[in-house]
Amino acid sequence: MSERRVELEVLRYNPETDRDPHFQRYSVDCPEEWVVLDALNYIKETVDPTLSYRWSCHMAVCGSCGMMINGEPRLACKSFLREYPGTIRVEPLAHFPVERDLVTVIDDFMAKLKRVKPYLIPKEEKPVSAGEYLQTPAELKKYKQFTLCINCMLCYAACPEYGLIPKFIGPAAISLAHRYNQDSRDGGREQRQQEIAATEGVWECSFTGACSEVCPEHVDPAAALQQVKIKSTVDWYKEHLMPWLKN
Amino acid sequence: MEAVHTDVAIVGAGGAGLRAAIALAEADPKLRVALVSKVYPMRSHTCAAEGGAAGVIKADDSLDHHFNDTVGGGDWLCDQDAVEYFIGEAPKELVQLEHWGCPWSREADGSVAVRPFGGMIKQRTWFAADKSGFHILHTLFQTSLKYPSIQRFDEYYVSELLVDDGRCRGLAAIEMRSGQMRYFDARAVIIAGGGAGRMFPFTTNGAIKTGDGMALAYRAGVPLKDMEFVQYHPTGLPSTGTLLTEACRGEGGVLLNKNGRRFLQDYGMGPETPLGKPVLKTMELGPRDRVSQAFWQEQKKGNMVSTQWGDAMLLDLRHLGEKKIDERLPLVRDMSISYMGVDPMKDPVPVRPVVHYMMGGIDTDIRAATTLPGLYAAGECACVSINGANRLGSNSLTELLVFGRRAALSAIEHLQSGARPAAEAVLAAKAGAAQGRIRELMQRSGGTETVAGLRKEMMKAMEEHAGIYRSGEGLVAACAKLGELRRRYRKLELHDKTNVYNTDLLQALELGSMLDCAEAVVQSALSRKESRGAHQRLDFVERDDKNFLRHSLAHYRPSEPPRIDFRDVVITQSQPGVRDYSGGHE
Repeated sequence: MSERRVELEVLRYNPETDRDPHFQRYSVDCPEEWVVLDALNYIKETVDPTLSYRWSCHMAVCGSCGMMINGEPRLACKSFLREYPGTIRVEPLAHFPVERDLVTVIDDFMAKLKRVKPYLIPKEEKPVSAGEYLQTPAELKKYKQFTLCINCMLCYAACPEYGLIPKFIGPAAISLAHRYNQDSRDGGREQRQQEIAATEGVWECSFTGACSEVCPEHVDPAAALQQVKIKSTVDWYKEHLMPWLKN
Repeated sequence: MEAVHTDVAIVGAGGAGLRAAIALAEADPKLRVALVSKVYPMRSHTCAAEGGAAGVIKADDSLDHHFNDTVGGGDWLCDQDAVEYFIGEAPKELVQLEHWGCPWSREADGSVAVRPFGGMIKQRTWFAADKSGFHILHTLFQTSLKYPSIQRFDEYYVSELLVDDGRCRGLAAIEMRSGQMRYFDARAVIIAGGGAGRMFPFTTNGAIKTGDGMALAYRAGVPLKDMEFVQYHPTGLPSTGTLLTEACRGEGGVLLNKNGRRFLQDYGMGPETPLGKPVLKTMELGPRDRVSQAFWQEQKKGNMVSTQWGDAMLLDLRHLGEKKIDERLPLVRDMSISYMGVDPMKDPVPVRPVVHYMMGGIDTDIRAATTLPGLYAAGECACVSINGANRLGSNSLTELLVFGRRAALSAIEHLQSGARPAAEAVLAAKAGAAQGRIRELMQRSGGTETVAGLRKEMMKAMEEHAGIYRSGEGLVAACAKLGELRRRYRKLELHDKTNVYNTDLLQALELGSMLDCAEAVVQSALSRKESRGAHQRLDFVERDDKNFLRHSLAHYRPSEPPRIDFRDVVITQSQPGVRDYSGGHE
């Protein structure tokens, strides 16, 4: 196992003791194949037990360890030290208030998730005893990609619109609404439209595509936003220009 | 101290906790439900489960088959009445999840697809590619958002249950964001706190799996049952312990030693089956305990591949082809490439057994009730005894659902039986005492021990002495070590004495939970003088039904090792027999 001395600059902020956030430098010997999270864990264990951050699964599925690594939103458990030859700067996810060190306050995101009604609103109710709804592999494929969101919020940290207009519902929540809208079992699109077609909904997006670039699960929120916009436009035309289609 | 008044408090918001919360909300929207978790629900470790969830649905399958597979797989240490309830409810729960939107993989005709799994004689594992747990967790979490009666307390660490007059009346918890303590005045409490794999250094378990739920009940006087049964999953990446699902073998992957031999045929699981045509309950589709033990034996013979992370066997998926791997095992491919630098399309992946699951846990009955009135438990933290001495892969995701719901129904029965909250003054006093204990830990100075130091010693003892094979001598040493560590824990001093999101404090409390659980594991293992399922003793190599067809129960004592006693297994229809995973079974 080859080791290398890694220099990390980690943003520190403890609201009880610090007036302002500041960077702290750590210099640690790390095996080449480690990820940034391994280095943070090593620091916490052997150098500085006061360093605070969230993590759990170490396999890019729990979504806890999103942080800015050299200015980019990344999962620390999937950012390899070998990607960073120089000093590694680690900061909390952009666009979220800092609770402490690398821990952010995510209330806003949690509230937005709930607002888009991210659950199945069945087209037709049937009891469990009647068995499963049929759904072909092709129907599944239509929305499957949008089910893969792990709520890591990297897309919010990357989204320039969310940075400017915090009211924007944002990529992950809209993707999730779209996921249910596209599900052959669902009939709740109209209810969700009230949220996602509102001014702070899908129309705030300016299509930089940054959300899709940083998504660790390849959910492609930009595609969801694009599809929602087109469908919402079609809705508008149907409603205003072709009202007879309503029935 | 601020009080939260609620009807039912749930500790843990993973699969079992969320399922319980939804069941409560559906049964009676007027019930106040407090869902208290040390992490946001989406972070719960249910998300890491890959392979799928077992439930009889196809025409060629039957409940009897599922029963027999489960009981035999558990080496007859399962309570058969609990297994009967479990297999009967399983298909309903899986359909219910489907109705809530779970993106199960499908057959061409649109019905739900199933895949083969280890130790199962029929295909009955429902799956969503290789992210089944992730989809189950997110489906439940998202569905839970529908119900206004479910109030979440995310990132609250529960430090104690409040017990008064022989009943569980609530709990005390620290809000991580502020460091403030609150107490929850609840007429019933459900623990759904997950497993404790982090007692070991090499595990598939996420950082959060530190046995907190088990320790809460244990310290409140509820025994921990069958704690000596720790499951090693045969196929983890040697570098990180990351799980490669059993579905790799279900889909046709094979295990090789360094000579390219499918060595499981040498350990009673043969004869060799044709490549790419897996035969149920044979060879690579044997149960996890047997496959992990075969690895250990083969390693002793020097037949394993050496890697920079230690000995490994090889998981060969190449013959499955790119389409099948990408469709059914995309995460496996991604993880292998990311963390091992091996593309399973091109090369066999080195893997080795890794601590995965606790069969043991909080002693519950078939109603998910503990011995403490008002306290219920479900999921990995509980031991309702459907898994016995060895859990079959894909039974645990279903267990979360079946017994999460069952715990909720039992809690409602408890409320209906007239359970009243305790007097406010009594609860407040108990919560104040709980707060005093946290304050003492935080303010302690002159301590000589650190979290990282004690944790390291615990993990080392567990790995050396409580692994795939155990010996009396090793267990005696481990028991002494755990006793010593628990004493030294009282001399722990925190580096971080501030309030906001103090992970030094959090880890200290988690370590306390793990030390208690670990001592229960090694003491129970020492008491069980036989080999059964995942508990293999080098000094007692045979199963001993005469003396040990019984559950071990570890009873907590604050300053001494636990008292261990035993209770008979419940048998309704299947007498102990031979576990046959050779091609000869019917």
